[in-house]
Amino acid sequence: MKQFGGSAFFIDRSDINTDEIIPAKYLTEITKRALQPHLLEDLILDGKEFDSKAPDFQAAEVLVTRSNFGCGSSREHAVWALEVNGINVVIGESFARIFRQNMFNCGILAIELAKADIDQLFKLTKNGGAVKIAVDLQQDTVTAEGGQGGSVECAFTMNAFDKELVAAGGWLAYADQKY
Amino acid sequence: MGQTIAEKIFAAHLRDTPALGSMVLDIDVVMCHEITTPIAIMDLMEKGMDRVFNPSKIKAVIDHVTPAKDSKTAMQAKIMRDWARRHDIKDFFDVGRNGVCHALFPEKGFIRPGNTVIMGDSHTCTHGAFGAFAAGVGTTDLEVGILKGVCAFRKPETMKIEITGTLPKGVYAKDVILNIIKQLTVNGATDKVMEFCGPVVEAMNMSSRMTLCNMAVEAGATSGICLPDRTTAEYLWPFIQGDYASLEAATEAFRKWHSDTDAVYAGTLTIDVSTLKPQVTHGYKPDQVKDINEMAGTKIDQVYIGSCTNGRIEDIRAAASILKGRAIANSVRGILTPATPAIYSQALDEGLIKVFMDAGFCVLNPTCGACLGMSSGVLAEGEACASTTNRNFNGRMGKGGMVHLMSPLSAAAAAVTGEITDPAQFLN
Ligand code: SF4
Repeated sequence: MKQFGGSAFFIDRSDINTDEIIPAKYLTEITKRALQPHLLEDLILDGKEFDSKAPDFQAAEVLVTRSNFGCGSSREHAVWALEVNGINVVIGESFARIFRQNMFNCGILAIELAKADIDQLFKLTKNGGAVKIAVDLQQDTVTAEGGQGGSVECAFTMNAFDKELVAAGGWLAYADQKY
Repeated sequence: MGQTIAEKIFAAHLRDTPALGSMVLDIDVVMCHEITTPIAIMDLMEKGMDRVFNPSKIKAVIDHVTPAKDSKTAMQAKIMRDWARRHDIKDFFDVGRNGVCHALFPEKGFIRPGNTVIMGDSHTCTHGAFGAFAAGVGTTDLEVGILKGVCAFRKPETMKIEITGTLPKGVYAKDVILNIIKQLTVNGATDKVMEFCGPVVEAMNMSSRMTLCNMAVEAGATSGICLPDRTTAEYLWPFIQGDYASLEAATEAFRKWHSDTDAVYAGTLTIDVSTLKPQVTHGYKPDQVKDINEMAGTKIDQVYIGSCTNGRIEDIRAAASILKGRAIANSVRGILTPATPAIYSQALDEGLIKVFMDAGFCVLNPTCGACLGMSSGVLAEGEACASTTNRNFNGRMGKGGMVHLMSPLSAAAAAVTGEITDPAQFLN
C-alpha cells in the first residue's frame, strides 16, 4: 500500500471551511492541477493573512489542525487542492462529514486524534525545526519526530471501510469493481 | 426497537454493509449542477466510464453562474449541456428554465417521501423537508452516483429537534434555524440527521420546512428531515394524483415514513419559539448568532434576497410586505433573485416585482448569484451585506466582505434603513 506521511505543517485553528481551503472563484477550473497555487490563499489566522507561499507550507505533506476541518461547501476541490500540493494526510480532532468522505474517496487520509494527542503534536513544534510524521496503517499509529528532538506516538481508530477505500485507490475504483 | 424515519429509509435502500457502521445505499435521485458535475463528467470520460446508471433518475441544472459570465463558466455549462444530450437526460434545465437547484427540483415534484437523494452540493439536505434522506456529497461520490446509482455513508444517528410554542409575529423559519445552529454550534450535529418535529414544524408550509432543512449542514449534519404529512401531500399533489385515490390516501401512505414512537435518538433539542426574536449572524461562522436588536445600527451596503434558503415566493411576499410603499436607503444596493422562473413569474403576477423595483431593488434572473460570490453582487473589501442566504464565511460573497445572515423580513427592514434593524417596527 501507498506510504502516508512526511513533513508536517501545523495550523492552529478550528472550523477551517472549504471556502478557505479553496475559494469559490476557482471552482470554474476543470483540472485539479489548476488549483495548485490557490490552496488556503485567503485564510486569515489570528487576524493576519496566511502566507500560503511560505517554504515550510510548500514543503508540507501532512497537515495538522484542530477540530471540524473542511466544514461548509461539499467541493471536492478542497481535497484536490491538498492533493496537488503533495499533502496526503490531514490530522485533526474532527472533520466535517463530506470533507472526510471526500478524502477517503480520493484514497488519502483524514485521521482523527484525541484533543490531548493533538496538543502533544502541537507541542513538538515549540522548539522549532521541521516535524516529520509517519502513519502506520497496520498498527493504526501516527509517529511524529520533532526537528529538535522529541517524539510522540498516538493511536487512532479508522473505519474498516475507509481503509478499504484507501487500499483500492479510492471509491470510484472500489465501486466500479463491486457494484 | 423502533426506527426513526432516516433508519426506515436506510433499511429500504440498503445495498451493502461494507463494514460495521458503514452502508451503501441505492439512490433514487442524483442531482447535478454545473459547478461540481463537469469535472466529474471529464474524469469519467478520461477513465472511459462515460455512462449513467439511469437517465430518468438524474436531474441536472445550470444554476450557480447563469447565464455564463465568462469563457470558463460557459465551458462548464457546455460540458453539462452536451452530457445531458448525450445521455438523454430529459430533466435538464438550461437558461430560461433554470433556477437554484434546491428550489427548482422540489417545485418539479422530483422528491418524494422515503427517497434517497444525493448531489454534489452541501445544501442538498434541503430536500429532507419532503421526508427524504438527502445529502450533499463530493465529486467522487457524485461520479459513483451517476455511474452506479449508489452512495456510501457512515450510518448517521438521528437527533431530534423539537420545535414548540407559537412563532411570534415577524419571526420566521430562518430565525428558528439560526437559533438552533447557535445552540448546536457548527459541528454539533456532525454525522447526525436532524429530525425537525413538533407543533411548529407541523404548522409550517413546505417553504419554511425547506428553510429549516437547508441549514442543517451548517450545524454539520448529514441531513435534515421532516415527517411527510398532509402539507407534503398537498404540495406534491399535482405530481402524485395518479398514484393515490385522494389527498387523505396519500397522507395516510406517507405515514409509513414516520418515526416510530419508540425510536431511539442520539439526543433531543427542544426549542420553544414563543419568545424568539429575529436572529442575525455577526461573524464568519453560521453559529455566531445574536438577537437582531443586539446588532441594530450595523451599517449595511448591500441587501440580498434570494438563494435556496430564502428565495421562494413566501420569502418574496414577506420582504414585499415591508418594502411596499417604501424606498430603500440611498446608501444601500438592493438585489432580489427569485430562486426559480415559476417563483419569478408568480411574483410578477402578484405585483411583488413592481414593489421591489419601486423600492429601488435590482431584480435578477433566477441563479445562485451573489450567494457564493461568483457573480451578480460580489462585495468589495470592507462592505457588509444583509443576506437571506445560508453562509457567512469569510470571503463567501467576495474577499473582505461581511455577510449577515437573516430572514427576508429582516433583510427588507435593513434595506429600508441602511442598517441592521428589527423588522418589528415595520409590522402593524
Ligand atoms: S443558492 Fe447558495 S447555498 Fe444555495 S445552492 Fe446556490 S450557491 Fe449553494
